Amino acid sequence: MKIKQISIFLQNKKGRLYDVCAVLGKNNINIRALNVAETEAFGVLRIVVNKPDEAVKALGEANFVANITDVVAVEVPDRPGGLAEILKVLADEDVNVEYMYGFVEKATDEALMVFRFDNPDKATEILKKHNIKIASEKEIKEL
Amino acid sequence: MIWNEKFECMPAGELKQLQGERLKKLLPYIYNNCKAYKDKLDKAGIKPDAIRSIDDIKKLPFTTKVDMRDNYPYGLFCTDQKNVVEIHVSSGTTGNPTLVGYTRDDIKLWSEVMARSIACAGAEPSDTIQIAYGYGLFTGGLGFHYGALEMGLRIIPVSAGQTSRQLKIMQDFAPKILGCTPSYALYMAEEAREMGIDPKKGNWKIGIFGAEPWSEQMRTEIEQTWNMLATDVYGLSEIIGPGVAQECPNKIGLHIYSDVFYPEIINPNTGEPVKEGEDGELVITTLTKQAIPFIRYRTRDIVSINHEKCKCGRTSPRISKIRGRTDDMIIVRGINVFPSQIEHVLLGIEGTEPYYQIVVDRQKHQLDEVEVLVEVNSKMFSDEVKQLEHLRAKIKKEIESVLSIGVKVTLVEPKTIERSMGKAKRVIDKRQM
Repeated sequence: MKIKQISIFLQNKKGRLYDVCAVLGKNNINIRALNVAETEAFGVLRIVVNKPDEAVKALGEANFVANITDVVAVEVPDRPGGLAEILKVLADEDVNVEYMYGFVEKATDEALMVFRFDNPDKATEILKKHNIKIASEKEIKEL
Repeated sequence: MIWNEKFECMPAGELKQLQGERLKKLLPYIYNNCKAYKDKLDKAGIKPDAIRSIDDIKKLPFTTKVDMRDNYPYGLFCTDQKNVVEIHVSSGTTGNPTLVGYTRDDIKLWSEVMARSIACAGAEPSDTIQIAYGYGLFTGGLGFHYGALEMGLRIIPVSAGQTSRQLKIMQDFAPKILGCTPSYALYMAEEAREMGIDPKKGNWKIGIFGAEPWSEQMRTEIEQTWNMLATDVYGLSEIIGPGVAQECPNKIGLHIYSDVFYPEIINPNTGEPVKEGEDGELVITTLTKQAIPFIRYRTRDIVSINHEKCKCGRTSPRISKIRGRTDDMIIVRGINVFPSQIEHVLLGIEGTEPYYQIVVDRQKHQLDEVEVLVEVNSKMFSDEVKQLEHLRAKIKKEIESVLSIGVKVTLVEPKTIERSMGKAKRVIDKRQM
């Protein structure tokens, strides 16, 4: 159960993050999760939204480079050691996490986190095998 | 001093005759020894015996960088490679470099014209010269070396770079003559001051600066900073390297050795000659070179010419400082850079498109810096920073290997590079020359 993440290339320039958010707002697209990775010269904005295909289209029209990447939304027990348990499962099964970040809202009592794996299908299988809950595209949309 | 009075001060009529005789000899030589030239002349409908005087040169077709590219590597050579004793390469417009070769006699010619140049600047035999032009495939270092050797100077062949070592050497051996790019002269002075050395306190007499465009303001600054006479030298590897033309201490134009390098100034659009004193493109014919003679080579440099006899006694005509280019070539730290070279690199990297811009800048007293902006598209974009960094490093490495200079590569958002008339503006030159 993969979900779609949109990644956007941003130059380190004043107001670019605003520009992205303005495009999304104007198109009535809601951001569910957000993360920025930055270097000296540029940044990569990663977002999960309620309407990913529309978001990519709108951003493309506004001259942004926006690609879709498959990620996995994992429900992480919201207590000390909750994230560690999941990471242990992944480490034991030799699954590499490229990066991860949290959702703004929760679907259940558990914390929702975005995981980017090099192999999302294999990761999903392993998580399911260990009874770790994964949120579906539909659930994300209904947050 | 005047190194070769016979040729440098030859009366105009006699010089014209000599040029004519040399051209008459050159035509059958290239026609019989080089297929590319034979084809060019046949296509233009010119038989070698149609050239009877130097004025007939106008009948001949031009040679350009495209001819060099099309005939890479050996197509323009008029002699067997076994007679070639040295080769040099400079930037080509795309993938391949520009190759030039020298026979033993060509090296003698190079030594002769560089000796003329160093003497023209005001050097005397037994002076010490610090050669801080790069030695190697670049013609600067070795060209100066051959000329200084011919003249009998004491040579310090330090090559370019390693500034603190340069400064130590000039303090210890007190050279009178400095040869380097003008921007490097200013950079060295800045470094000297930072190390607590006063650049004025040397044994300096003359600087011979070239390989890049520079202004009268830079000249004044160099002269004041180093307490020396700053002269301009001109050359290009296709013709011979440095030593095509040189300023005398009067600093009223660069004497071009027209007995061996015949100059014409043309309108770059029509190919017709411009009037004396008017700006136009410098076209040079090498009258005596053997390995790769050039017939009416389009240098793309814009200059004017003055045939009046100079106060120094030389009759060799004087070209102005380079006033610009007719193409988009830029010179960075003495190295020729064509935007097309960068385009070629980008086209060779999967996913990249040739949307780029070159920004050249020079902070006061610093060396030129080149930044290449490359627009990111969705094919090359990744959500992972490490992939983007990897791509950036790859572009940087490939550009550097083609240009032989360090560059900064910056990934930018699509459609952020200025487009004028639908065509991207390739070069932004912010340097104050």
